[in-house]
Amino acid sequence: MPKNPNIKKVLVIGSGPIVIGQAAEFDYAGTQACRSLKEEGIEVVLVNSNPATIMTDKDIADKVYIEPLTVKVLQQLIIEEKPDSVLPTLGGQAALNLAMELDESGFLKEQNVRLIGTTSLTIKKAEDRDEFKKTMEKINEPCAPSKVVTTVEEGVEFAKEIGYPVVLRPAYTLGGSGGGIAYNVGQLMDILANGLRLSRVGQVLVERCIAGWKEIEYEVMRDGAGNCITVCNMENIDPVGVHTGDSIVVAPSQTLGDKEYQMLRSSALNIINELKITGGCNVQYALKPDSFEYCVIEVNPRVSRSSALASKATGYPIAKVAAKIALGYTLDEIKNAITGKTYASFEPALDYCVVKIPRLPFDKFIMAKRTLTTQMKATGEVMSICTNFEGALMKAIRSLEQHVDSLMSYEFGHLTDEELMQVLHRVDDRRIFVIAEAIRRGISQDTINFITKIDLWFIDKIAILVEMEQALQKEEMTPELLAEAKRLEFPDYIIAQLSGRKEAEVKAMRIENGITAAFKMVDTCAAEFAASTPYYYSCFGSECEVEKTEGKKKVLVLGSGPIRIGQGIEFDYCSVHSTWAFKKQGYETIIVNNNPETVSTDFDIADKLYFEPLTPEDVENIVNLEKPDGAVVQFGGQTAIKLTESLMKMGVPILGTSAENVDAAEDRELFDQILEQCCIPRPAGRTVYTAEEAKAAAAELGYPVLVRPSYVLGGQGMQIAICDEEIDEFIGIINQIAQEHPILVDKYLVGKEIEVDAVCDGEDILIPGIMEHIERAGVHSGDSISVYPAQSLNKKVIRVLEEYTRKLAKSLHVIGLINIQFIVADDEVYVIEVNPRSSRTVPYISKVTGIPIVELATRVIIGETIRGMGYTPGLQPEADYIAIKMPVFSFEKLRGADISLGPEMKSTGEVLGIAKTFNEALYKAFLGAGINLPKYKNMIITVKDADKLEAVEVAKRFEKIGYRIYATRSTAKVLNEHGVHAVRTNKITQESPNIMDLILGHEIDLVIDTPTQGRDKNRDGFLIRRNAIETGVNCLTSLDTANALATSLENQEGKNLTLIDIATI
Amino acid sequence: MKAFLILEDGHVFTGTSIGADREVISEIVFNTSMTGYLEILTDPSYAGQAVVMTYPLIGNYGICYEDMESLKPWPDGYIVRELSRLPSNFRSEDSIQHFLEKHNIPGIAGIDTRALTKILREKGTMNGMITTNANYNIEEILPRLKSYTTGKVVEKVTCADKETLSGEGYKVALMDFGAKRNIARCLNERGCEVTIYPARTKAEQIIADAPDGIMLSNGPGDPKECREIIDEIKKLYQSDIPIFAICLGHQLMALANGADTHKMKYGHRGANHPVKDLDSGRVYISSQNHGYVVDAGAMDPNVAVPAFVNVNDGTNEGLKYIGKNIFTVQFHPEASPGPQDSNTLFDRFISMMEVAKNA
Repeated sequence: MPKNPNIKKVLVIGSGPIVIGQAAEFDYAGTQACRSLKEEGIEVVLVNSNPATIMTDKDIADKVYIEPLTVKVLQQLIIEEKPDSVLPTLGGQAALNLAMELDESGFLKEQNVRLIGTTSLTIKKAEDRDEFKKTMEKINEPCAPSKVVTTVEEGVEFAKEIGYPVVLRPAYTLGGSGGGIAYNVGQLMDILANGLRLSRVGQVLVERCIAGWKEIEYEVMRDGAGNCITVCNMENIDPVGVHTGDSIVVAPSQTLGDKEYQMLRSSALNIINELKITGGCNVQYALKPDSFEYCVIEVNPRVSRSSALASKATGYPIAKVAAKIALGYTLDEIKNAITGKTYASFEPALDYCVVKIPRLPFDKFIMAKRTLTTQMKATGEVMSICTNFEGALMKAIRSLEQHVDSLMSYEFGHLTDEELMQVLHRVDDRRIFVIAEAIRRGISQDTINFITKIDLWFIDKIAILVEMEQALQKEEMTPELLAEAKRLEFPDYIIAQLSGRKEAEVKAMRIENGITAAFKMVDTCAAEFAASTPYYYSCFGSECEVEKTEGKKKVLVLGSGPIRIGQGIEFDYCSVHSTWAFKKQGYETIIVNNNPETVSTDFDIADKLYFEPLTPEDVENIVNLEKPDGAVVQFGGQTAIKLTESLMKMGVPILGTSAENVDAAEDRELFDQILEQCCIPRPAGRTVYTAEEAKAAAAELGYPVLVRPSYVLGGQGMQIAICDEEIDEFIGIINQIAQEHPILVDKYLVGKEIEVDAVCDGEDILIPGIMEHIERAGVHSGDSISVYPAQSLNKKVIRVLEEYTRKLAKSLHVIGLINIQFIVADDEVYVIEVNPRSSRTVPYISKVTGIPIVELATRVIIGETIRGMGYTPGLQPEADYIAIKMPVFSFEKLRGADISLGPEMKSTGEVLGIAKTFNEALYKAFLGAGINLPKYKNMIITVKDADKLEAVEVAKRFEKIGYRIYATRSTAKVLNEHGVHAVRTNKITQESPNIMDLILGHEIDLVIDTPTQGRDKNRDGFLIRRNAIETGVNCLTSLDTANALATSLENQEGKNLTLIDIATI
Repeated sequence: MKAFLILEDGHVFTGTSIGADREVISEIVFNTSMTGYLEILTDPSYAGQAVVMTYPLIGNYGICYEDMESLKPWPDGYIVRELSRLPSNFRSEDSIQHFLEKHNIPGIAGIDTRALTKILREKGTMNGMITTNANYNIEEILPRLKSYTTGKVVEKVTCADKETLSGEGYKVALMDFGAKRNIARCLNERGCEVTIYPARTKAEQIIADAPDGIMLSNGPGDPKECREIIDEIKKLYQSDIPIFAICLGHQLMALANGADTHKMKYGHRGANHPVKDLDSGRVYISSQNHGYVVDAGAMDPNVAVPAFVNVNDGTNEGLKYIGKNIFTVQFHPEASPGPQDSNTLFDRFISMMEVAKNA
C-alpha cells in the first residue's frame, strides 16, 4: 500500500518534560519520526513543552511550538496551523491522553483532522481497563482475574473475592503512577484511594497478584494491511512485581523454550491484530515459571520506553517505521535502513545478549524508599551488549557510573547469614549484589530462587561471576584465567584488586597474550546479510570486524551516559549537535554512549556508534582501534569530563578547552588565583578535608555557609549549614558518597542568581544571553525558574557580567563552551561557579535566541573564530521573546523523598514558556509544568518564622486573586495581624479536622510550605509536603516561586495565549 | 579438551570439544533462530550437515524431549558459541551436553560463530571438519573436505515402515522425506488420519490406499538426487488427489513438472524470513531451512505460478499448480521452531480436500 496522498501536514505531539516514567526515549522516538516524515515530504508541525529536546529543533520539524501540552493549547494550535493529521503515538502516554481528549470531545472531527498511527478506538481498547479486559476475553487471551473499580468499597469487596495480595493499576497514568501491590485491606484502601484520584477517568484495576511469575515483553509492529512482526522479546530478570522500567531486562528472552517463545509471540500478534494497531505496540506478559499458563499484563498501543530499548537492542528503528506506517506504507515497502537490503517486514535476529539496568535516583534521595514496586522510580537506564550474559551484566553495571564496577561493590559483609537472608527478601536496586553475596556465603541457588523467584539461570550466571572473583583471588594468574575473566568483562582494575596486582600489570599481561577487546556489529540479522550501518559493541575472545576508515579527520564524541537528576537529556542534545557540526565540517564522527533512550545512540547520528560503558578502559579499547585525531568532552556532562585525564594519557588530544583548565575551574586554589588575577570577587570560602576544619572555616566566615564536595554534578551533597551540628551531619553524608576530593565551605550570600553561557574562541567571547533565576541563591540552578533575558539587572551590572565572563573565559583559556553562575547582591557581582563545558541551559538559550550555540562552539573547537563565523563578539542583542524555563519534579513517584528545594538538584526535567511578555511566558511555563490554577481557590500557607513577614505579601496577592487562605497557628496569627483573612487550621498532631484533612479533602490548589534551613527535622512540614504531593496538590517551598505564581495568575486568567513557532526565530 | 573446526577454504577455528569426541566432515550451515535448538537438532533436514547456531547462548532451557521433531538428532556436528552450564526450564529433562554425547554427535563450542557465519555468507556454504586432533595436517585435510558430498540422504532419514496416526477426519498420506513430526501433528490436530509412508513408497500404492490428500514433507539434501522419488511424484501429480508440499516436497513437485532447482549461496535457515502471499499481499514471518531453491522463472506458467515470494531476496517460496489441487511452499508452516503465522496453510489444505471430496 503506498503512502496516503491525503496526508500532507502532520502535527506531532511530544511527551513534555522529562519525568520518571516518561524520559528521553520520546525525544529519540519523536526525533526519528519527524525526520522520517520529512523524508517523505510531509510538512511537520511539532509541539512539545520540553526545550531540552532535539525534536524541538528547527531542523527537525518545519514548525516547532514549545508550548504547554494542554488540550486548549492543542486546539488553538490545530485551528491556527490546520494540519490534516495528528500523530500521537510517539509522545508517550502524555501525547496519547491528549489525543484521546481531543478526539472524544469531537474537536478533531469538527476540524476535519484525522488521527494517524492509531485510532481512538484502538487507544480505548488498549488503555481503558474495562474495554481491554473485554477485548482480551473476546480473543481468548488470558488476563489475571481483575475488576475495574471506581470506589474504594468496590475494590475491598472484589479483593475479598479473589484474595490478597492484589495489584492495583490506575487507568491512564504514566509509569504506573499511583499503582502498587496491597497485601491487606489497609494497604488496599490507601493505594486505591490515591490511584482513583490520579487516574484521569477515576478507574483502578484490582487484579490477582501474579508476583513472582516471569515477566516477558514483546515489541510488535503492524501495518495498515494487517502484516505483523515482532521486533524483539525481552525477559525481565526481576519477576512480576517490579515495574519493567525498574527491572533488569535481558533481550532476547533467555529462559524460554521455543514453545513458550512462540506461544507468547502468537498471542502478541493476536492482540495487535484485534486492536488493529498501525505502528508499534508493546505487550507485557506474566508467564508462570512451572507451566504454560500466562496472563497479559498490559498493552501499550504506542511507541514506549521498551520500544526504544528494543530498537537499540536490535538495530530495528521502530519509531521510524511506525511513522512510515502511519503514512500508509506497509512493512514490505519499507527498507531496513541497517542492512539497506532487507525490508522492515522481517524479524531481527540477535547474535549477542543485551542487558538493561535502570538508573535509580536513590543517591539523590537518600531518604526515599528504595523498594521497587509496580510504580516506576528510575530516571534513566543503561544498556550493554556482549556475546554472553555475564559480560553484558558486568558492562551494564559499570555503565551506571555509581562507583560500582563489579558485583562486589555494596558491602553486605557485616551481615550475619540470617540477616542476609532477610535482606534477600527485599526487592530493591541492590538485589543482585545481595544475591552475589549470598552465593559467596554458600547459600544455595535453590534457596535464592525460592526467596527472590529470579530464574535459576540468572542466579547461576551471577554464581559464575562470583566464582571468577574467587578464582582471581585464589588461583594462579594464567593467560587462560585472564582471558576468561575478560570474556566475563571484569575490568582490569578489578582483576588487579582481586589478584593483588597493579592494573598496569594486568593490562601488560593481557597485551602480551593478545587478550584484547574485539568489536562486533549490531546488524539486525545475525550476520546473515552484509550491513552498512556501523553500530558496534565490544567483547573478548573474538575477531574484530570494524572496518578501518581513513581519509577524514576523526573525532570521538563522548556521550553523557544514563539520564539522572543533574545530568539529563540536555547533554544528549549537546552531544548530538556537536556531532552534526563536526560532520558538517567534514569530520568522521564517532559517538560512545550507553543510554538506549537517547538520540545520540540512534544508528544514523554519528558515522560510527560504539554502544559501550564510558570508563577509561572501555574508551581506550575504542581509541586503540580508531586512533581518533581528537576527542571532545565538553558536551557530555560530567561523565565525559571525568574521562579527560585518561584520554590525555592515551595520547588523544582533547579538542577545545584543555584538561588543565578544566581542572583549574574545579580546583579551589587554582581557581581562587585566577579570580584574584582577574579581580573578580567570589563569596569567601575555604577548602577543607575534615569536619573540624569545616567548623573552623564556618566560624571564620560566619554562618550560614554552603558545604559541598568538589567535582560533583547537580549539587550532589551540597547543603546550607547554619550551625556546627549541621556541618557534622553534612560532612558525614558527603563522606558516604565516597569522595576522594576535598570539601568546599563557602559563605552563603543572599542575592539574585544569574547564569551565563558563552562561547569562547580563545580571544573573543559570544554571550547569547543572560539568564536570571526567580528563586534567590541557595536553590540549585537546575531547580530554579530561569528567565531570559534577565529582567531586573541594570546596565552597569550587565556590563560587569559580560566583562567577568570575558575575563574568566580568557584566563581559563576556554575554547568552546563555558557556563558561569553569578550572584548579584546589592549590585555587586560575585562568581559562584564556573563550568568550562556545556550546561543544561544551552538548548533553551539556543532555541530562544536562534543562535546555534553548540554548532558555534564546535566550530570554534576546530579553529574558527567568532568573528570569522559572522558574529559580533560580546553579549548578543536581546531576542524578541521572553523565555522562562520551569523545572519539573517527579516527587510523587518517590515515596519518602523530601521535596523542599535547596542547593542539591531534585528536578527531573523542565518546560519552557515563551512569549512576547514576561507575564505570558511565566503563565505558559507554569501551565507547561502542570500547574494549572486556579481550581478551587483554596490554599494553605505554613512558613518558617524567618519567612513569616514575607509570606504576608504573598498571601495578600493570592487573597486578592480570590484565594481562601488556610494557615497553621503561628502563620495564621502573623497573617491576620497584617490584614490577611487567614483561616486557622490545626496542625497534623492536633485533632481532626486538621491541615492533613484539608489536603486530603481534595479541594486545595496550593500549599506554600517553607522548610526550616538545612536537612528537614520538622516532621510536620515533611508530612505536609509529602501528603500534598501524593494527593496531587501543588506544593511550593520557596516564596520566590510563590510570588512568581501570583504574578502569573494576576495577569493571565482567562486571556488567550499567543503561540510561537520558534522555527521563525 | 580443545577442538578445531577446519573449513574448506583453510580457515581454522579453535574451541572446546562438546558432545562426542570424534572427527567428522560435513557441510557447514548456519541457523539464525534464537530459540528452538532442540527442534533444529532433531529436524531430519539437517542430515549431512553440521549446524552453526548464530545465537551465542545455547542450551539455556535444557532438553524437553517432547519438543523433538524426530526420534533423534541428525546433524553431523554442532557448532556453538557457548553452551549453558545450567539448563533452566520446568520441562527440561536433560542437558544439551549430555544429549549430544548420548547421540554421538561431535561439536565445538567457544568459537566466534559470527566470524564463521560471515565467512559462510561471503563465500557460500562450504565443507568443514570438526576434530580434536591438535596435530591435524591441513594439507592432507583440505582435499578431503573439498571432495566431500552429502550424497543421497533422504533414504537415511525416512521411516522404515508405514505408520498411521488415527483420526476421524480426512485421510492424509504423508510422504516422509525426513518429515518433522509437527507436520503430522498439525494435520492430526485438525482431525486427519495421517499415514506416514517411507520415501521409497510407490505412487501406485499410495493412490491405491485412496487418501483424501497427499502431504509431501520436508527433507535433506539436493532435490535433484531424488530421481526415483520425482518419478513417483509425477504420478501423484496425475492422480488429482489434493497435494500440499513443504520444502523438499515443494522442490520435488517443481522438478517433477519441469522446473529447475539450484543451490543457494548459503540458504535460508532461521525463524525470521518474511514471505509474501501473492494472492492476498500479506506478509508472514516464516520458519525456514533450505539450501536449494526452485527457479520459478523456468516453470511453465501454464503448469504452475508463484504463490509466495521471499521479501528479502525475491526467491520463490511457493507454487500454485494451474488446474490442479496442488499447492506447495518452500517455508515451514509447521514451524517448530519458529513463528506459527502460516499455520493456517494446513487449514487451507483441509479445505482443498473438502472441496475435492464434495466435487
